Amino acid sequence: MTLDLALFLTLSLVAIVTALGMLMSRNAVYSALFLVLNFTTVAVFYLLLGAPFIAMSQITVYAGAIMVLFLFVIMLLGADALPKTEVLPWQKPLAIGLAFVLAAEATYLLITKARPSGDILQPDAVVNSTDNLRELGVVLFSDYLLPFEVTSILLLVAMVGAIVLTGKEKKARKS
Amino acid sequence: MIPINYYIVLSAILFTIGVTGVLIRRNALIIFMSIELMLNASNLAIVAFSSAIKSFSGQIFVFFVIAVAAAEVAVGLALIVEIFKSKRSIDVDQMSSLKG
Repeated sequence: MTLDLALFLTLSLVAIVTALGMLMSRNAVYSALFLVLNFTTVAVFYLLLGAPFIAMSQITVYAGAIMVLFLFVIMLLGADALPKTEVLPWQKPLAIGLAFVLAAEATYLLITKARPSGDILQPDAVVNSTDNLRELGVVLFSDYLLPFEVTSILLLVAMVGAIVLTGKEKKARKS
Repeated sequence: MIPINYYIVLSAILFTIGVTGVLIRRNALIIFMSIELMLNASNLAIVAFSSAIKSFSGQIFVFFVIAVAAAEVAVGLALIVEIFKSKRSIDVDQMSSLKG
């Protein structure tokens, strides 16, 4: 077993356990913290795959900005633990059973139908990691320039939407 | 030297955990976090495929997905805050105003 494989297996164990911890824990703050750990492990997977820029974006945007926003909202609402209410008693076992079916199907289909020809991943051969950011920038600002600009408009719309949604009540109260 | 199948299986497992979270949890915030987990699992698969075919397009695509996820979180959390203001609860079973 090589070092890469050992690292992969350990990290995938951590990723699955933290995802399950996010799912199981009753307290929403614990869920958010488990999810931060999960995002960080996925960032390490990106590094293993030879994508350092995506790994750093993952940590800054997901583990940083998005999860801090989540924690702010959890603490703002004070809704960290909900009382247990079971409306549909058969829903949980059915959902778990169907989830196993989904996992088996997705794995089978992705492996048999969608697998690219390159079988073994060699991160060093993909791209030299010092050149990753330069190459990414060249492709981003030439081939993918229009999607990039559209993304900026999307972010602007999201910002305006969030401000409008949360600011309406305050304005009504003032007038 | 990790076979790409390992990444695919891991990504499928993480995605399924996200789906299960959406199905069995009642807290709107946890459901939202599960959606983030699903986005992350698919990102992992995309990056694995993109390094298997030695191309940059997958990484660019993941970059856009991260940007869209950030926008989605901003709007979604604003909606959850609004729902909490009117219902005093974020239990999705309580959101039944349209029920006949």
